[in-house]
Amino acid sequence: MTDDNLPELTPLDPAFITTSRIASALGLLPFVVGAGVLEFAKLLPLGTFLVPVLLAYAFVAYTVPARKYWHWGYDMGTDRLRVVRGYMFYSDTIVPFGRIQHIDVDQGPIDRRYGLAKLTVHTAGNHNSTVALPGLAHADALAMREAIRAAIRQDVL
Amino acid sequence: MNHATEGPIDVTGQEGERLHISGLFVGFVSGLPQLFFPLFAAIFGVRKSDNPALIPIIIAAVLALSLFFRWLGWRRFRYHVGADDIRVEKGILNRTARSIPYDRIQDVSIEQKPLARMMGLSEVKFETGGGDGDDATLRFVTLEEANRLRALIRARKAGLSEAQDTAPMVEAEDAETIFAMDGKRVFILGLYSFSLIIFAVLGGLAQQFDFLLPFDLWDLKRWAGLAQESGMSVNTINGVGIAGQLILAFGAFTSLIFIGFATGVVRTYLREHGFRLTQTSKGFRRQRGLLTLTDVVMPTHRVQAAVVQTGPIRKRRGWHSLKFVSLAQDSKEESNYVAAPLATLDEVWRIAQVAGIHGPYGDEQLRTGAALHWIIQLLLLVPPLLIAMAALVIFADTAFAPTLLLLLLLVFATFMFWCDWRRYRFGLDDQQLYLRRGWWQQRLTLAPQVKVQSIEIAQGPLTRRLGLASLKFGIAGGTLEMIALPLSTAQAIRSAVMEKVAAVDYSAINRSH
Repeated sequence: MTDDNLPELTPLDPAFITTSRIASALGLLPFVVGAGVLEFAKLLPLGTFLVPVLLAYAFVAYTVPARKYWHWGYDMGTDRLRVVRGYMFYSDTIVPFGRIQHIDVDQGPIDRRYGLAKLTVHTAGNHNSTVALPGLAHADALAMREAIRAAIRQDVL
Repeated sequence: MNHATEGPIDVTGQEGERLHISGLFVGFVSGLPQLFFPLFAAIFGVRKSDNPALIPIIIAAVLALSLFFRWLGWRRFRYHVGADDIRVEKGILNRTARSIPYDRIQDVSIEQKPLARMMGLSEVKFETGGGDGDDATLRFVTLEEANRLRALIRARKAGLSEAQDTAPMVEAEDAETIFAMDGKRVFILGLYSFSLIIFAVLGGLAQQFDFLLPFDLWDLKRWAGLAQESGMSVNTINGVGIAGQLILAFGAFTSLIFIGFATGVVRTYLREHGFRLTQTSKGFRRQRGLLTLTDVVMPTHRVQAAVVQTGPIRKRRGWHSLKFVSLAQDSKEESNYVAAPLATLDEVWRIAQVAGIHGPYGDEQLRTGAALHWIIQLLLLVPPLLIAMAALVIFADTAFAPTLLLLLLLVFATFMFWCDWRRYRFGLDDQQLYLRRGWWQQRLTLAPQVKVQSIEIAQGPLTRRLGLASLKFGIAGGTLEMIALPLSTAQAIRSAVMEKVAAVDYSAINRSH
């Protein structure tokens, strides 16, 4: 599975587990509320509906983010960025700095609370025109942006 | 004004410049139409209330709220002209900080809509070659600031690369024809463009406008009556015997075929008449058309990949078409630049050579895909088929034997997959990537490795278990995906290509020489 000549991957900031737990918990809350309403409408015997939904909710909001975290990884090379993610649908992308058009550092409200940020690089390709790397410490994301920008400038000179 | 700061800086703080405050007003006024629905909903919500004074209050509240959010957005928006890049920071809750290196800025456009113009404001757009359209827009700054920014960026860009913009603009008429199609060639292409679209068009028109006709088009009895008036009847048709019926059917079929070919030839003549591809100092120049003449220039350095296509019949006669992939759109129906609609392989490679792309030296450098990939796809079809069969027997009370006919689908699919596998080839040499796919419409994509934007190794849940992977190359304006590779091969190809790609910068490969 491991590549012969590629360096070890850097894991994301562990706070990413917490932020994605909060994000999925909030995002899926409407379903639980809906299930609760149906439950109290007494269309089905007590608990047959709400219990499975709550179990699924706990799984998706608690267990899945931790698993996702372990399958993310990145490597910041001297001239390229490698982003690896996914287990079921595994994807391992390399973007050379020399092909990056512009760079975004995004911070949502949850991210800001935990000092995280998402780095997105844009290329001119139709496939992978944006490659996103979430769950970085904000300072790291800024440092990576500076490194990439510096590399682009050096390429030209 | 210009901070020529060195080293990493975080402009999340108070650095950078704000947009012009009057822009708030322009944005607010031009955004009023969007407020129509919220306003309507709010008024609708309070229509039952007894207090008529509520309505103006609601309107004022919605307007004030909109203005408040625009003001917040304005407060949280900063741009910063740095030593090597433009930075834009924005977002009320979601903060985005975008960095656009000067070298990547293709163009700075200044736009003045009427209202903004009255206020002396303008909109500045920084365009890069990025895949998505939304690069960076400053909405709004004063016209002086816009001009200052544009001049500044042009100066910075020029400073970055002196040689880049000094391309010879003096155009000598040294145009050399590299490919042209005479009337006979256009006619042959027309025959290959067999099309029954005219019936779809007529049918569609008839359905749209049948109320205009003085009779009911779909009244079959009336048509039969008309035929009877002219001495025909259903009985006479029945009476001509089986041979006569066959002749009639044959006649109908022949005229259908004839109309199909005629449509193809006419359409092709209209589009391709006088096709001429010339090589000028600016790049390829293509002129064609009978009634609408088109004249399209494609700079050679913009070509990202070449696609050579052929069909099952035209391949036997040695005909191929050549298209160039780029970020530009050729026409409404064709996104790639058509360099030769019908040409022999020799002609195709001669044109491609001009764009710096050479043909494969032979089939031996191209490899077949792992058959396992197609076998998995075939096996994935089996469970749904079995379920469908079971459902038919259980719920529709069908006898078991007829459901076996469904298995014919499987035989058909096997044949299709086999054809696909047999034609599929991928490969690379020290400069280019090759991908051949399709057994009916055959397509060979050739891409110079230095033009690749990104490389992804992807695996699905099943292929991961079996050690297979696909390799997706990001190409500006097109796609190139190699499938059914063993993971180790995919990794080896990626490292080899990456060495070529990372060594050259984007702006260097898309610069005219």
